[in-house]
Amino acid sequence: MATNTHDAGHGAADAAHGAADAAHGSSGMPQLDFSTYGNQIFWLLVTLVVIYLILSRVALPRIAAILNERQGTITNDLAAAEDLKAKAQEAENAYNKALADARAEAQRIAVETRAEIQAGVDEAIAKADLEISAKAAESEAAIAEIRASALDSVKIVASDTASALIAALGGKDDAKTIAAAVAERTEG
Amino acid sequence: MGKLVFYVALALVVVSGVLFAPEHAGLAIHPMDQFTVEALFGGAHVAWYTPTNVTLWMFLAIGAIFVLLVLGSANRGIVPSRAQSVAELAYGFIYKMVEDVAGKDAVKFFPYIMTLFMFIVTANFLGLIPMSFTTTSHFAVTGVLAVIVFVAITVTGFVLHGAKFLGLFWVSSAPLALRPVLALIEVISYFVRPVSLCIRLAGNIMAGHAVLKVFAGFAGALGFASFLPIFAISAFYALEVLVAFIQAYVFTILTCVYLKDALHPSH
Repeated sequence: MATNTHDAGHGAADAAHGAADAAHGSSGMPQLDFSTYGNQIFWLLVTLVVIYLILSRVALPRIAAILNERQGTITNDLAAAEDLKAKAQEAENAYNKALADARAEAQRIAVETRAEIQAGVDEAIAKADLEISAKAAESEAAIAEIRASALDSVKIVASDTASALIAALGGKDDAKTIAAAVAERTEG
Repeated sequence: MGKLVFYVALALVVVSGVLFAPEHAGLAIHPMDQFTVEALFGGAHVAWYTPTNVTLWMFLAIGAIFVLLVLGSANRGIVPSRAQSVAELAYGFIYKMVEDVAGKDAVKFFPYIMTLFMFIVTANFLGLIPMSFTTTSHFAVTGVLAVIVFVAITVTGFVLHGAKFLGLFWVSSAPLALRPVLALIEVISYFVRPVSLCIRLAGNIMAGHAVLKVFAGFAGALGFASFLPIFAISAFYALEVLVAFIQAYVFTILTCVYLKDALHPSH
């Protein structure tokens, strides 16, 4: 029944087409040709189901995964950058600390060495002083001895001279008196 | 500037069309012929299962969507290729739309809405290829899309909220006396939704394509002056590219708005 009317309609359209070109132009909207609705609706439903399956099974999960992955990568990279920055800071601090330590150590070693050298010098000086004073005392003793022996010689020469003078003057030499006189004079 | 040139060209085309058309016996404008549904492999009868140009262009739409979203994202690049960028852009665009317009709990409907959007936008753009067939210019197609949205949203509303979903029509913030009137209006507007969705999409696409065809008919008739309609066609084509996207966008965002009603029917 429907097929019959459709065929009839088609025949009429064909006739109109043959009859006049102008008539064809105003033959109405194909959108309102209900005989094609079943066809369009069927293929539309097929298309929508296929698109839905493609999207929900493959495309959308994949794109979502890509976007998530990118977000994750960005977050990770930022975290890694933060980490590296902290590490660099740490390394700089360690370097500064090592530098300060080395400086302090050098200072300490310098002070120590100086003190050591000073001690050595002091000891050597003390030793030298000791030696010097010993030598000086020795020399002094020698000088005193020489002086004493010189004084004795003076006394002998003086008493000899005095006895010779007394003898020359015709006096009587009294050894005891001469010695006393010599001693008195030399003492003064 | 571009707009001005466009309107000037448009006016010239119309005027020249009026002036020159009667002199040319060859003037034959059939703007609606491009919408004819015909069997692909001959035969005058179009049964529901017959492969037609509708089938061809819908399958081309499937192919385009597959190439863009599946092959485009096949590399899974952290730094996206051009096709992958477009795929990600489409994904982000619709996902954000669903989330912003219909709410966070609407995200589970995202694949369905993405299906709608991708089909409409791809079919619209494929329809802009010269000599192609535009599936979304048919009320049968847009009507089914609209009815799917309408039924899905109504069912969702009743499943989630039961009889409370009817509160959508009962404007509790209005004075009591006005409420029955408002309820009637609300019910009518609710049932007009699928009609407007259907007519808006098919009407826009059909009108644009018909106008292009009319201009093309002028070009055939004008002889030496045919550059004018061709220029107008170029300008109008740019507008149609815009319309192709905007109508897909409008259909999708209205679906999201209606979905929000179904998820949160309180007024």
